[in-house]
Amino acid sequence: MVSAPTLDASKAPRGGDSSGPRKTRARGVPERGMSRVFRWAATAAGVLLLVVLAAVAVFLLIRGWAAITASDATLQSEGNLPPGAHNLAGYIGPLIFGTLIAAALALVMATPVAVGIALFVSHYAPRRVAGAVGFVIDLLAAIPSVVFGLWGAQILAPRIAPLWQWVADVLSVIPGVTVRATATGRSMATTALVLAIMILPIITAVSREVFKQTPHLHQEAALALGATRWEVIRMAVLPFGRSGVVSAAMLGLGRALGETMAVLMVLSTSSGTGYSFQIFDSGVLQTIAANIAAKFPDSSGLAVNTLIATGLALFVITMAVNMLARWIVSRRNEFSGAN
Amino acid sequence: MSATSASATASTAPGPDNALRELLTSVDRGRQRKNRTMTGLVWAAFFLAMTPLFSLLWTVLSHGLAKFTPYFLLHSMRNVSGGMDAGGAYHAIAGTLLITLGTTVISVPIGLLAAIYLVEYGKGPLARAVTFFVDVMTGIPSIVAGLFAFAVFAIFFGPGVRLGVMGSVALALLMIPVVVRSSEEMLRLVPNELREAAYALGVPKWLTIVKVVLRTSVAGLTTSVLLAVARVIGETAPLLIAVGTTASINFNLFAGRMMTLPVFIYDQYHQGPARCARNATNCLVSINLDRAWAAALTLLLIVVILNLVGRLVTWLFAPKLR
Repeated sequence: MVSAPTLDASKAPRGGDSSGPRKTRARGVPERGMSRVFRWAATAAGVLLLVVLAAVAVFLLIRGWAAITASDATLQSEGNLPPGAHNLAGYIGPLIFGTLIAAALALVMATPVAVGIALFVSHYAPRRVAGAVGFVIDLLAAIPSVVFGLWGAQILAPRIAPLWQWVADVLSVIPGVTVRATATGRSMATTALVLAIMILPIITAVSREVFKQTPHLHQEAALALGATRWEVIRMAVLPFGRSGVVSAAMLGLGRALGETMAVLMVLSTSSGTGYSFQIFDSGVLQTIAANIAAKFPDSSGLAVNTLIATGLALFVITMAVNMLARWIVSRRNEFSGAN
Repeated sequence: MSATSASATASTAPGPDNALRELLTSVDRGRQRKNRTMTGLVWAAFFLAMTPLFSLLWTVLSHGLAKFTPYFLLHSMRNVSGGMDAGGAYHAIAGTLLITLGTTVISVPIGLLAAIYLVEYGKGPLARAVTFFVDVMTGIPSIVAGLFAFAVFAIFFGPGVRLGVMGSVALALLMIPVVVRSSEEMLRLVPNELREAAYALGVPKWLTIVKVVLRTSVAGLTTSVLLAVARVIGETAPLLIAVGTTASINFNLFAGRMMTLPVFIYDQYHQGPARCARNATNCLVSINLDRAWAAALTLLLIVVILNLVGRLVTWLFAPKLR
């Protein structure tokens, strides 16, 4: 290794393409013909994925650029802005707000249940039941979002409306707070509930994997100290799985942020124009994705560019959330106590 | 050992021993109660999650079966208007199958090659970057994929363009990362001994991959492709953006709008109750919703069949590696 350079230089002309100083040992027969073609094809496919991801950002930027650079006056006359919005920020802001509210509510509802199911599968259920539950959760993940939307709007919304009405009445008791609730049930709260059901499988799947990796010695040590099953989980399983659950929740958050059809079908279509916490009322909040899907088919010209600009904002937000989640997962894999 | 100690203690002092055993074997009340509460909560979480699933499956079945007839499956919506008790989802089924076929044709070669790259060739920062960004790509919002396809095709065909192949491109963007992830796992299951045996016989690397690695894992790869197809076949938003809607049958991916099942469901739902004249015959107020439910049942059946076939393939054709 140390005395390599001279030797290597003499070999370089014969040895083929690469002649780095680290190659003291010949790597066998250099690749020829199909082998090289195959390597290049495989590598190209890998690189293509990176290029495509970059292309998504670039193309959205190109098509959205007209809206980003347009003056406020042009935007208002041609960009199909809803009343109340005077510029692009005034348009995207409430939409981002609505998107975040929907996703956060869904996350708050889904995470405890998902962690419960994951614990049920990994520590409570008999082995055979656990397998069946895993299958059922997979089934839940396979149901198309449009079917969830249809169910949410037609079945869930009318049935859950009285509950929201009651919650709103109870909250209105607090002085200085008025909570409105719609009688149709097609509010942000119902939407978030449907989203929570939709992101349940992914959070459950990731948490379940993490809980299953908990070192057996930790659990047995806790049992040997006389811990009950819950204490084993609290002392050994949950601390071990905390970062896994956090990243699972963030993956669910990413899914909820980008979900379109369920939101579009459950909420009555209107664009959010303000920042409001009236989650039980209808026609107040709207998400980016549902707004695009509702308006895109009938839009043309600058309105399309405006919608694409909102899509770019959605893309940036979800990518940031996903990258953070994946980064936590990969960091965890490297320093995991399991190996 | 326990027998001797038990007899020894039993003969000397029965009273305190019982108290000691009580102390050692029982948990104090508060902890026990907490344990029971938590067990109850965990079971409750499980049943809570099952409720919407079964409610959904039951509603789709009970609402969808009424209109789920051969007539519905074999007729399009051409010349159907108002509350006419006619029309079906044939055009949508055909569109869904064609567009998904196009998606598969685009995604499988790229996804499989990328998986081969990651398993067989990938080293260093490039492979790490590809792994990381494939994971990130699985989180692309579906509507953004639709906007991307539109943005690309609008450059060449102008801003009003709606084509079946645009839907294929948009769905491919969602399907490729899924294919890469799952087939990478399948390829990693192939034991290294098989590869080394091939190398020892002087087989070049690419032939080893094609004839040994891919052949060993073909069942698993088929499963992962089928599950990925099942995953994208229900996507709605990108198709709404890129392919649009139509009432007629269109078998050409490269010309004109196409209808797809998920978009058909949304479209029918979106039209809401039909308007009927006061004493019109052959007019149903709820016809649009009935069609939406029947189409939902069709879509759900396709997804379930794909899932079942995918699992059956692994179960039947997985090589015995021992």
